[in-house]
Amino acid sequence: MTNNWIDIKNSDVILVMGANPAENHPISMKWVLRAKEKGAKLIVVDPRFTRTAAKADIYAPMRSGTDIAFLGGMIKYILDNHLYFKDYVVNYTNAPFLVNPDFKGPGELKGLFSGYDEKTRKYDKKTWSYQMDEKGIPKKDPSLKDPNCVFQLLKKHYSRYKLDTVSSITGTPKEKLLEVYKTYASTGKPNRAGTELYAMGWTQHTVGTQNIRAMSVIQLLLGNMGMAGGGINALRGESNVQGSTDHGLLFHILPGYLPAPTASVVDLKTYIEKLTPKTKDPKSVNWWGNRPKYITSYLKAIYGNNATKDNDFGYAWLPKLDEGMNASWLMLFDQMFKGKLEGFFAWGQNPACSGANAGKVRKALAKLKWMVNVNLFDNETGSFWRAPGTNPAEIQTEVFMLPAASSVEKEGSITNSSRLAQWRTRAIPPIGESKPDSEIMNELYFRVKKLYKTKGSKFTAPIMNLTWNYGEKDKEGKIKAVDVHRIAKEINGYYLEDLFDNKVTPPKQLGKKGELCASFVTLQADGTTSCGNWIYSQSYTQKEDKVINMMARRKKTDTTGLGLYPEWAWAWPVNRRIIYNRASVDPQGRPWDPKRAVIKWNPNKLDPKTKKPAPGWDGDVPDGPAPPMADEKGKYPFIMRADGMGAIFGPGLADGPLPEHYEALECPLQENIMSKQRINPTIKLFYDKGKGSPEDIFISCDIRFPFVATTYRVSEHWQTGVLTRHQPWQLEMMPQQFVEISEELAKEKGIKSGEKVKVKSARGEVWAIAMVTKRFKPFKVAGSTVHQVGLPWCFGWQYPEDGSGGDSANLLTPTIGDANTMIPETKAFMVNVEKA
Amino acid sequence: MSTTKRKSLIISPELCIGCRGCQTACKEWNQLSATKTTNKGTIENPPDLTPNLFNRIRYVEVPSETNPVRWLFVSQRCMHCDDAGCMKICPAPGAIYKTKEGIVAYDKEKCIGCKLCVAGCPFNIPRYDEKNKISKCHLCSDRVAEGLVPACAKTCPTGAISYGDRDDMLAKAHAAGYQKLYGQADLGGLGTLYAFKDAPKVYGMDENPAIPESVVFWHKVLKPLAYWGLGGAVAASLLHYVAFGPKKDEEVK
Repeated sequence: MTNNWIDIKNSDVILVMGANPAENHPISMKWVLRAKEKGAKLIVVDPRFTRTAAKADIYAPMRSGTDIAFLGGMIKYILDNHLYFKDYVVNYTNAPFLVNPDFKGPGELKGLFSGYDEKTRKYDKKTWSYQMDEKGIPKKDPSLKDPNCVFQLLKKHYSRYKLDTVSSITGTPKEKLLEVYKTYASTGKPNRAGTELYAMGWTQHTVGTQNIRAMSVIQLLLGNMGMAGGGINALRGESNVQGSTDHGLLFHILPGYLPAPTASVVDLKTYIEKLTPKTKDPKSVNWWGNRPKYITSYLKAIYGNNATKDNDFGYAWLPKLDEGMNASWLMLFDQMFKGKLEGFFAWGQNPACSGANAGKVRKALAKLKWMVNVNLFDNETGSFWRAPGTNPAEIQTEVFMLPAASSVEKEGSITNSSRLAQWRTRAIPPIGESKPDSEIMNELYFRVKKLYKTKGSKFTAPIMNLTWNYGEKDKEGKIKAVDVHRIAKEINGYYLEDLFDNKVTPPKQLGKKGELCASFVTLQADGTTSCGNWIYSQSYTQKEDKVINMMARRKKTDTTGLGLYPEWAWAWPVNRRIIYNRASVDPQGRPWDPKRAVIKWNPNKLDPKTKKPAPGWDGDVPDGPAPPMADEKGKYPFIMRADGMGAIFGPGLADGPLPEHYEALECPLQENIMSKQRINPTIKLFYDKGKGSPEDIFISCDIRFPFVATTYRVSEHWQTGVLTRHQPWQLEMMPQQFVEISEELAKEKGIKSGEKVKVKSARGEVWAIAMVTKRFKPFKVAGSTVHQVGLPWCFGWQYPEDGSGGDSANLLTPTIGDANTMIPETKAFMVNVEKA
Repeated sequence: MSTTKRKSLIISPELCIGCRGCQTACKEWNQLSATKTTNKGTIENPPDLTPNLFNRIRYVEVPSETNPVRWLFVSQRCMHCDDAGCMKICPAPGAIYKTKEGIVAYDKEKCIGCKLCVAGCPFNIPRYDEKNKISKCHLCSDRVAEGLVPACAKTCPTGAISYGDRDDMLAKAHAAGYQKLYGQADLGGLGTLYAFKDAPKVYGMDENPAIPESVVFWHKVLKPLAYWGLGGAVAASLLHYVAFGPKKDEEVK
């Protein structure tokens, strides 16, 4: 989230699109409803009338996978009717930047951007660049009139997203589109704020990243980024998924969103040179310019004294990706399916049900030599070898079950969608033989180390050189019990030497050797500081001799009245509750909306200690202490971007600098109404024109699979249901796999509500109870009727034990991912529904 | 009982998101076993209150001009009437009683299993457990006695189930624009109030709930007779006849 859960209450218009918070994030609805009580409007755009839609002021149905068409229409509406926040757009976004005149868009190139190579399915992004002045700074036209400026290109691009066209693609009635556009665009005024809440309904598409980009463009046009009650807010689907992503869960990033090194980045010097963003604009903070400090401090944290200047701080021990290698979920299971992986830790997950194309996943597991299933309970993954239809005698995979402690049986931090790291204490000791994850890792570490020591291996340095100072050691040097506070401190970072600011005379001491770092501001690139994750620096800190776990704070003061609660736990970065908050003020530092001031420049501010004048910011922790932008020493607001500006034009993505509508891999249309290019041209196809493994087959626009389908969660079950299908109270409410179908489709197929039906895709089949409902309505798409159905993925064959629950909807979903993230497209695919 | 201390719930379907946290919280606090259910083509489940289900969410679909449907989420449970039909009709002294907070609670030990309370309830709430004892929402009277909030209200994320002093709650609801709450004056004033935006029938509720005449008759005429000399069992069978008529026992679940 750019903002935070509570901040939703400050909004005037809440757009829920790609999410269903009432069912999947029930607590958030408290804040949605508080906003509504103050007069805010709730808009829900969803193929299905959900429990969230039941609370909406405006509900607009939309066919799955057509969000960009829907939002593109909104961009056009905002531009046509001059509803954008001009001062914001001119000063804080790249709208005035002049783009390379050779750049061409899909309107000119049959759905493609300039630079496409059909063979590699990739773009050469040479033309997606800016015209530079003699200083190497992008040229700008603040009047926004230059035909090559971003603003004019945006206008040109979205002029194609006419109301009729959009309605024909999305199936949303025109009057609904207009009602949504008008209501949301009303937030383009300085004293109005609109927020967007999304979840997997946006990310799990082949155009997932661009769905979010399209909304980012809208939020920048309307001046909603950085504002209280604004922002783009990803509702995280698991309580600590924000935390795990922050700490390097994904293959392409190290903790703190530092890029994972590739083979060609041979040493730390190259890493720093190649991967540190640069700017020549003195007004741009370019915070990522600090990357050398963060990567070096990270290496010092993980390799400790073994990391020295002479050995490149152990950079060589970091794992490297092959050039162009993608190690995301779909690729991992594809490699596993091809027999390229020997072993697999399924840690706190149930891919046999959660993985897209779960049938392939289940087959892939059988190719492993060994698998370790770390979970609270056995699940469909751990027991894949005895699933219905499998012959255990034919499966050679050795499966180990390691029982894990639940969240109430261990201490530690958890980071929610608000980027809020909250410390939790242990309620009860772990039951039976179960252990906290950290203890399991401790065991693993020492056993692997011992094996390396006794038997040796090709490349033992990364393990042998790790620091592991997480508690008291036994005689053999093994940590007896992991102290999670020590881990939290390692993440925060230490001063490894006495640290001085030598720019002032006499030099001012910034930190004492051995003490915890104050924040990432004091981190160094010379090995004198350590920090496990720079964005978490300040979370466990030290003032003089007093060590403070900031995450354990529980004070309920709220000085701004915006619900920031700055002394409740701790939010990254540096306890900032609303990021990009420098965009919430005008270039003079005055809040665009004084009634919901996030920060405010105070020229009369006094230093709290010396009582001497020290002009500064009031309110939330600002995005950097620099004075407002109009000041001589002022800085641009979007400090994480090299050019300091909010990106309306986004040349960093694989599939285009402006979001363009493409159909889902499996769709009901022969042709994309918008262009000749039907699907995202840059997605990796696992199966193409008969080539590829049959498991990855997809069938589009085919009479055998005539209905659009989507998957979802229900409030009564958690993810694949491993934690809830064992719980009879939850099963009582939601006992069985179901498929929601419209009354119209049910009539056509002669299906009655409550009867068992079969749902089939090109890849698999599940049975489900037909839930015939008014909540799905047929769509009018391209002049014909298109039906959509939906089913949850929380069921699995193993529990309930009598098999009465059914199996996962992911047996139907395709092997295809987003062009940028490779997140699987499980929210739009094609199926058939038949009487069982 | 002083009216100022009477506690109540206000249920606001406008704020209910149908998450059913309350349905589970109730079961958890009261340690009620689960029923093996099937999906009947709706997410509403179980389909009715049971001896092990004191509170459930009804998912009511009504026609809408602007949307595919209007979907209302309404908690169904004991209404904790001031003039409680169940208590009026109950022939077993102390089996159904009112706490000082105005909760209509019960003592299973004293219940004689006559099921008269079923006939006495205008809302079809009491159920009988496997030991033939009354079972229904008692507003977590054990929690309330300790100054805690009922489990359903405690767990509700949106404030759709709120709990407090009845007079204060009414005043707040009036201030929030609800001129009249459902149950405000009915049956002496209900302890479970509903903040409805539309007519109660839209939410599937009776417009004018009332205790059946036969129960009133028993209460005014026959129950005093019972105290004068008829034994409980005799009185109960007599009353049973009055309430249900002959040979209807089988139909009462």
